[in-house]
Amino acid sequence: MRSKSVTTLAGVAALALYSSMAVGSKYNFPEPQSVIAQEIYDQHIMLLWVCLVIFVGVFGVMFYSILKHRKSLGHKAANFHHSMTAEVIWTIIPCIILVVMAWPATKTVIAMKDTSSPDMTIKATGYQWMWGYDYLQGEGEGISFFSKLSTPRDQLYNKAPKGENYLLEVDNHVVVPVGKKVRMILTANDVIHAWWVPALGVKQDAIPGFIRDSWFTADKPGIYRGQCAELCGKDHGYMPIVVEVLEEEAYAQWVAEKLAGSADAVNLAAAKTDMVAEVDEAIEAADNAISENN
Amino acid sequence: MAAVHGDVHGHGHDDHHPTGIMRWITTTNHKDIGSMYLWFSLTMFFTGGFLAMGIRAELFQPGIQILEPELFNAFTTLHGLIMVFGAIMPAFVGFANWQVPMMIGAPDMAFARMNNWSFWLLPVAASLLIASFFVPGGAAAGGWTFYPPLSTQGGLGVDMMIFAIHILGASSIMGAINIITTILNMRAPGMTLMKMPLFVWTWLITAYLLVLVMPVLAGVVTMLLTDRHFGTSFFNAAGGGDPVMFQHIFWFFGHPEVYIMILPAFGIVSEIIPTFARKPLFGYASMVYATASIAILSCVVWAHHMFTAGMPAVGQLFFMYATMLIAVPTAVKVFNWTATMWRGSMTFETPMLFAIGFIFLFVIGGFSGVICAIVPIDVQVQDTYYVIAHFHYVLVSGALFSLFAGAYYWLPKWTGQMYDETLGKVHFWLSMIFFNVTFFVQHFLGLAGMPRRIPDYALQFADFNMISSIGAFGFGLSQLLFVYIVIKCIRSKEPAPEKPWDGATTLEWTHLPTPAPYHSFEKPPVVK
Ligand code: HEM
Ligand SMILES: [Cu+2]
Ligand SMILES: [Cu+2]
Repeated sequence: MRSKSVTTLAGVAALALYSSMAVGSKYNFPEPQSVIAQEIYDQHIMLLWVCLVIFVGVFGVMFYSILKHRKSLGHKAANFHHSMTAEVIWTIIPCIILVVMAWPATKTVIAMKDTSSPDMTIKATGYQWMWGYDYLQGEGEGISFFSKLSTPRDQLYNKAPKGENYLLEVDNHVVVPVGKKVRMILTANDVIHAWWVPALGVKQDAIPGFIRDSWFTADKPGIYRGQCAELCGKDHGYMPIVVEVLEEEAYAQWVAEKLAGSADAVNLAAAKTDMVAEVDEAIEAADNAISENN
Repeated sequence: MAAVHGDVHGHGHDDHHPTGIMRWITTTNHKDIGSMYLWFSLTMFFTGGFLAMGIRAELFQPGIQILEPELFNAFTTLHGLIMVFGAIMPAFVGFANWQVPMMIGAPDMAFARMNNWSFWLLPVAASLLIASFFVPGGAAAGGWTFYPPLSTQGGLGVDMMIFAIHILGASSIMGAINIITTILNMRAPGMTLMKMPLFVWTWLITAYLLVLVMPVLAGVVTMLLTDRHFGTSFFNAAGGGDPVMFQHIFWFFGHPEVYIMILPAFGIVSEIIPTFARKPLFGYASMVYATASIAILSCVVWAHHMFTAGMPAVGQLFFMYATMLIAVPTAVKVFNWTATMWRGSMTFETPMLFAIGFIFLFVIGGFSGVICAIVPIDVQVQDTYYVIAHFHYVLVSGALFSLFAGAYYWLPKWTGQMYDETLGKVHFWLSMIFFNVTFFVQHFLGLAGMPRRIPDYALQFADFNMISSIGAFGFGLSQLLFVYIVIKCIRSKEPAPEKPWDGATTLEWTHLPTPAPYHSFEKPPVVK
């Protein structure tokens, strides 16, 4: 009897060690950087433990039976085939466990859905295959740019060594201030995409013709990487998301630079319109010439 | 109980059937048709497996090596479609064809000609799917869930896929109606509903699910077709439609579909465990009720596939609670199997090994299922490799393992010869090991943030992807052994014992000779 409980204990300990190793490695959720991501992380760990306990319980019984209740050991089959008490008990216990699991999840769901009173609002638009960002409200209002994969093609086709952030790097980062509630508004231009940054605990489909929203508040400055999470065609694997979280002042500076830059862009665009008008006039003149000739 | 027996359906009850190829084309015999279903699904299993090997070869290392992204997407799409509609579903229908009449004491299936037709539709659909790789634009590449607007973009390949799904759906509906009618009308005298073997029960319930949801699938692919070609805008926001509506309709089919692939598996395992424990199934009635409640619940949980599509909090909560509730009847089943084994007198031949492997790994898939049901966690793992791991635990080590278990269990009855027990065990252990090497690590990949349906990945995912690919090649190769074992069994000269499993209690073992005669029960047995 003693040796049995020792083996059981050892088994549990080994499994626990194994699971905690897994938990500590880079193969678990990335380190949470927002309240929501933290809640998700903690609930996942809690569920793992619950599952582990049930697993050890059920298969402990089953493997005990497999080891002992064998014909080769001369074990004679019993003939019982139901027990009201047992069946009622093992229907009720899972129900209770589920309630324990559902309770914290419910609170998190409600928190995740609460996109009210943000400090700033950014619209992300999915395109085949890049993201467009428009700062709609709050500090930085009016900023607008596209964000594309910046990994060179040669790396994709193994003609150049792959860089550290292979497939997770873009030309323009989405920059946000630390500690501010950022509301993300999502839509798409062509097919469905999904905007996903694991460390911030946000994943939301971007649906053409519809608007969805989500939110996050980044706890710490840093660079957080994610990817499109809804199959959107050929280059679905090539539209990463990079969120750069800056301190308050650094963010203000970035906004100032960006807005100054886009002021230049406005001038540039105006110049371009002039050019287009000239070209149009030229084409019209040519058309007139052709029709006069006919 | 009203039972319809004897030759009321017009097919001859003599053994003078055509020979050669015509025998198979014109057959109305449930055993011939069952065999054809099984061979067809085995072929499709290797076709889908070939595509899986392609996927895993591409993912062996970072970078693009053998499959360009578009072709990679076509591979995953067709792998999913072929495995679901070509391998798993027809295999279970094959089992139903062989086993249901024998287990309820009937001579054949109720609609013998329709049975022939529902089989022969399958190769047509499969040819369409496979041929679509070679048409301009290539095969459908929008995933087996083919969400619009992406699937509105594809070429001829998508239309061929839609057509194939129509045909497969028609075949499934006919098969299901046939099974329902057979079970309800052709049971032997004395076999009341609550005396039916559990395999028959699970198939009865599955057949009802099929009749309920296959028309929904047919509807949604038709809407997609008219969106593509006739200017309707069901799923196009620019025309007043809604792409998310597609997902609701698709998953109203899609979730019950996963239970269509697992309930008959529960049935097979519930036959095998008592046989090899030499003890009656524990909690027969609660098994039946659990199956029925799973089927009913499965119709009200579909939007758990859409937690990131954007739903009001109440919607998310409803679908979360409903999904979690399914864990209860599922847990009851696992407890019942354990209790059946408890204080039995067990032996561990290949069918039993696969059945125990099934329970062990299916429970892991069930746990990751509950974790996926928790909305906040699902928001992180949805559309990642975590989900790939989850559903392969329930589809491969669930549905597929139960099919292997059933095949080994009934091969002696079907062929009259015994399979090679040693090789069968080798097949089990190879499958067990390589399966876990392939899919266990994918949980970690998903948690760490690797999306699914991508042909290339960031460097931190490289090591586990390589392990997974090695496991996949091993798993794929191990399945060739199964083909060898089956062929060896068929060719074997040594007759199997009349009743190789001393614990078996169902009619096909107790009331029919081995191998089973061409026509099962000319005279109905009397069930006490
Ligand atoms: C030989 C064993 C198998 C291997 C190695 C394998 C491998 C894979 C891989 C790597 C994917 C992910 C593709 C991606 O998202 O990029 C996948 C997807 C899938 N597999 Fe398997 N698979 C196997 C057997 C099966 C079986 C037996 C089924 C039974 C139904 C199945 C059903 C699916 C489905 C439905 C998908 C989703 C396809 C999609 O994303 O549209 N697989 N498989
Ligand atoms: Cu995408
Ligand atoms: Cu589902």
